Amino acid sequence: MSDPILELRKLNKSFGPVHVLHDVDFSVYPGEVTALVGDNGAGKSTLVKCIAGINSIDSGEILWEGKPVTLADPRAAAALGIEFVYQDLALADNLDITQNMFLGREISRFGFMNDGKMEAKAREALASLSVRTVSSVRQLVSSLSGGQRQTVAIAKAVLWNSRVVFLDEPTAALGVAQTRQVLDLVRRLADQGLGVVLISHNMNDVMEVADRVAALYLGRIAAEVFTKESSTTQIVELITAGRSGDVGLAPATVNESI
Amino acid sequence: MTETPDSGAPGTTPAATTTTVERSSGSFALDIDRRDLSDAVRGYVNRLRSGDPGALPSVLGLIILGLIFSQVSSRFLSRNNIGNLPGQGAYIAIIALGLVFVLLLGEIDLSAGTTGGMCAGFAAQAIFSNGLHKGISGGLFWILIGSMIAAAVLAVWLKAYTGAAMIVIGLLIVATGLDKHVVFALVFAVSIGSAVGVFTGYMVAKIGIPSFIVTLALFLAWQGVLLFALNSQPIGVNNYSFWYGLAHNNMSVAWSWVYTIVVVGGYALYTIVKSLRAQRAGLAADTMQLVLVRAGVIAIVGLGVTFLANQNRNPNPNFKIQGLPWAATIPVTLMIICTIGLSKTTWGRHLFATGGNAEAARRAGIDVDHIRVTAFVLCSSFGALGGVFLASNTGGAQLDLGAGNILLFGVAAAVIGGVSLFGGRGKPRDAIIGALVIVIIPNGIGLKPSLGAQWQNIATGAVLLVAAAVDALSRRRARGR
Repeated sequence: MSDPILELRKLNKSFGPVHVLHDVDFSVYPGEVTALVGDNGAGKSTLVKCIAGINSIDSGEILWEGKPVTLADPRAAAALGIEFVYQDLALADNLDITQNMFLGREISRFGFMNDGKMEAKAREALASLSVRTVSSVRQLVSSLSGGQRQTVAIAKAVLWNSRVVFLDEPTAALGVAQTRQVLDLVRRLADQGLGVVLISHNMNDVMEVADRVAALYLGRIAAEVFTKESSTTQIVELITAGRSGDVGLAPATVNESI
Repeated sequence: MTETPDSGAPGTTPAATTTTVERSSGSFALDIDRRDLSDAVRGYVNRLRSGDPGALPSVLGLIILGLIFSQVSSRFLSRNNIGNLPGQGAYIAIIALGLVFVLLLGEIDLSAGTTGGMCAGFAAQAIFSNGLHKGISGGLFWILIGSMIAAAVLAVWLKAYTGAAMIVIGLLIVATGLDKHVVFALVFAVSIGSAVGVFTGYMVAKIGIPSFIVTLALFLAWQGVLLFALNSQPIGVNNYSFWYGLAHNNMSVAWSWVYTIVVVGGYALYTIVKSLRAQRAGLAADTMQLVLVRAGVIAIVGLGVTFLANQNRNPNPNFKIQGLPWAATIPVTLMIICTIGLSKTTWGRHLFATGGNAEAARRAGIDVDHIRVTAFVLCSSFGALGGVFLASNTGGAQLDLGAGNILLFGVAAAVIGGVSLFGGRGKPRDAIIGALVIVIIPNGIGLKPSLGAQWQNIATGAVLLVAAAVDALSRRRARGR
């Protein structure tokens, strides 16, 4: 097994009196899909925002390739090669696919943008992911369907030779065929050697594409298990009760958390 | 947009997805296509149907109003009357141009008109009194200078360096006593506008007060400051030939031709080179046929207008009036600069992104506050220039310069032209076309003495309402798809 590319150790985060994350340990491995699961309010979004540099952390360590780093703002995470695809997609409807994919990182020459180069690169990025559902990279995002938007959002994330990609509920609100396409895309990302973190409520998706599952329960990591060695039932128990059989939080911790 | 309607349907069913895949047999079959004339027409019809009417409604409105007024008065289409339109409307066009930046963000600047009035008032006072510090009370003078220094510091902190530079230029003009010369006084007016914009932008972006409230407050406040600036005495500007000339004088015949040929030729050259390059590089491109047709239409209109403008249009045989009015060429030049800034620079791209989805822009690492501040700086600076043109048109800095309907005409012009009040959609071109619509209404009604002035506002209001309805309906269509 390779070393984790991104590792969190004993991460703590409070919002005022509310202790949202307790000593969270979490690792992302290259070439693997790690699912981050948990009930509403378990702290998934907060954890992701801490890594994205949107929220600061109170204590704990973030290691990138074994070296400690501080992620103070979104640019710091992006500079390392960590990309995020959010649930609400974060695409600007009034711009086209190319413009969205290069948003904030436009290629320019003498202060003027080089649209041709960006267009060619956007096309290349979509082609490398075998995306065939988008007919033109000059299409406005407002004219795309949900699955196409998700595809563009993911392609935007990998355009930057990123090493780790966080996907927040990528299949929520998608139809059957589109979910299929997006899951295939997720798998391809991992096969290309990226560390993929899949945040999802959908156990079918998790069991299908994830290599390992980290379950958050009320701000603590209940357990980290391999999908091959566990079952949907076990993961659901970890999400809802914090423990399942021998794995999970100690009963005392579970009770204290409540 | 070259997509066909079905690929855009939300919640695409598997069947529809299949058709998409088939259509793009191979990867991106539609991608590297060449848009020729028929594609462009089809694409435009699609855009209309999908709720993006572009400049069509405003151009149609302009033609319809022109036809109506040509029936109202035979003088309407006379060269003399048409030649007066730019002078009457330049201030609306310039204020509207500035508003485009703010409207693209989904914000509003209600104070642009009174900012313009105040800035023009300070400039008039500076020239009239042979130096601003001699014209206004020492207290006010030092408050103004202190505020401008503070605004310059604030601008540097907000990374609005161009705004800061503009303010510093204004301060230097006052420090060196150049403000008694007309040209420098007008530059000083624009630099006060930049300082106002920094302040407004800071209030909106950093303090978080809704722009409507901030600028409503400033709309009121600047009217009071204008009275201080003028010492409650109107100052005429007709004696200052440069200032008077902005709204009344014309370029010489030869320079008019040079101007038009440079603008039209530049546009044609740029689009042709762009199309050739894109075709060679295998990118989506317009075919030469489409490019030439578009450039041809623009050339015919531009050269035609210049030809007519270069005829003598003075009914009085004693002296000639001919050439393109400065009040037309200056706004058009500004429009071209704004268009390049918005469509070719990263700043422009970020402005559109912020207006379309501020959260997406923030997550993409764009400094959204910086974008907001710069938009307000531009809006107020254009407002100041608009105030200068307004004073030129009305003959002086009156006590209510820039107050009343002025700003609302600017907003109306932008909206009639097709800028969306909800942000993210609009072009500088829209401000110019909209201003033309706004200005021909009072002009046309004024030519018929039996139609009272009361009809002017009613007609303007009706046109604005129609324009807003087109915007709302097209948005509903876009959402409903």
